[in-house]
Amino acid sequence: MKSSLIKSTVVFLGLFFLYFPILVLIFYSFNENKRVMVWKGFSLRWYNELFNNEQIIEAFIISIKIAALSATFATILGVMIGYSLVRIRKIPFKSFYIFLSSTPLVLPELILGLSMLLFFISLNNVIGFPSSRGQLTIFISHVTFCIAFVAIIIQARLTDFNKNIEEAAMDLGYNYTKVLYKITLPIILPSIIAGWLLAFTISLDDLVVASFTTGPGANTLPIVVFSKVRLGLSPEVNALSAILMFALIIIGLFYFYFNKKFKH
Amino acid sequence: MKNKLFEKYFVFSPYFWLVLFFFIPLAIIFKISISVSEWGMPPYQDIFLFDNGFKINTTFENYVYIFSDYYYIGSFVNSLILALISTFFCLLIGFPLAFYIATSNIRLRNILLVLVVIPFWSSFLLRVYAWKIILQNNGILNVILLNLGITSEPLQLLYNQYAVIMGIVYTYLPLMILPLYGYLNKFDLNLIEASKDLGLNRIKTFFKVILPLSVPGIVAGSLLVFIPVVGEFIIPEMLGGSDRLYYGKILWEEFFVNRNWPGASALAFSGIIILVLPIVIFQILYSRWSQKNEI
Repeated sequence: MKSSLIKSTVVFLGLFFLYFPILVLIFYSFNENKRVMVWKGFSLRWYNELFNNEQIIEAFIISIKIAALSATFATILGVMIGYSLVRIRKIPFKSFYIFLSSTPLVLPELILGLSMLLFFISLNNVIGFPSSRGQLTIFISHVTFCIAFVAIIIQARLTDFNKNIEEAAMDLGYNYTKVLYKITLPIILPSIIAGWLLAFTISLDDLVVASFTTGPGANTLPIVVFSKVRLGLSPEVNALSAILMFALIIIGLFYFYFNKKFKH
Repeated sequence: MKNKLFEKYFVFSPYFWLVLFFFIPLAIIFKISISVSEWGMPPYQDIFLFDNGFKINTTFENYVYIFSDYYYIGSFVNSLILALISTFFCLLIGFPLAFYIATSNIRLRNILLVLVVIPFWSSFLLRVYAWKIILQNNGILNVILLNLGITSEPLQLLYNQYAVIMGIVYTYLPLMILPLYGYLNKFDLNLIEASKDLGLNRIKTFFKVILPLSVPGIVAGSLLVFIPVVGEFIIPEMLGGSDRLYYGKILWEEFFVNRNWPGASALAFSGIIILVLPIVIFQILYSRWSQKNEI
């Protein structure tokens, strides 16, 4: 009896701690007052201003574009790494391969951002490209650090997966390519989708790496939001938070749905 | 024959991308960190000079400069302490949560797990911003404290190291809970019953049975929190004050404000060597070892 009470209390307090700030944020987004903290009355005013704020809308479109593209590239390359690490025996300098594909997971974003920026500057000095930084350089950087996240999901999936199915298909006359496209990829498809969703969210949410590699015409949403809230509060950002939190949580639920599928 | 071509394509496409866009950038950081700094654009000299015959022009001055100045060492130490304290609190809050989730019945377990991780999917920046609202002088926490009569005037909760720890524990908590849950989930609950039957009380059961078995989960979760926190930039920038300087901030300013590229690179490269490399090497050795033992 006593222990189940303790248990419920701990779980309740934990969940309260996790959700309270999000609820506060959503609550204040409906505040009429321009001074965020002084409650004046319920209003959708800031949602209205948000949708008329061209800077935020433009940043949002840029962010979605970069996130969708980099998630797609990162997924393709990440699937290749996951597949190589589990199924292909001969990888030249395998430790180096593992090093390259796992270090971005633990490297502080700040160091990654700095290295990308210095790389693009040096590259420009040597071959004259990229002459200015912008959406392309953010895209390349995001692909680079999202690959590792996709690879780890695919690797976990392929390790669980029964190799006999692939071998049976090969015995039945499928060639290597056909096995891959008809058997392996369809079976791990939910994990591929989960990997894409994860990469998409990571890219959409990234501030540090994007700040280093951005340039003219490439202010992503986190960069714009950060510049607005670094020194104070902004009622428009409150409204944006409520919408974004909601959208991202839906993406998160989809991720769980797809990533769960393989466990059974 | 065709298989071989196919395998090569799979192995080398990402290989190429990562060497070009990950390894070379790291090498460039190292290169710039051993370059001689000068006024100009770019603010460092080439490491290979060809004017009067070939000459290698490198220096370790940037490292000496960083490691002999308390400003840099001190902020790195501040970051390590911050990461240590935050990891400790994440563990303190995360462990009971993970344990109780893992010991719930299966339906509740899945719901709770999703509930715990979902906030992690919402925007990082906005979750930090939420704490800025809560901790304002006229924010919700101060209003509660005032109404309860605990304080007579609003407390300065924001812009200090405690607000930073609060923000970090909040945003990194799911990263601690997930690996902990992963290990606790595998664990045979009968062991707890067995230890109780054998006469161990709760406290002894916890320290002799539960804790030793969850060590791998604790290590994994702690690393996931500790390492990124050392390099954290956004949270101290939004919630912290000028009472403490951290590694991330120093690195940012060295590059963007002081325009000392070699210095910033030396800071970054030192961070890689001290912080990241030991863990990556451990991981590679561990994964090779476990692969060998499986076959």
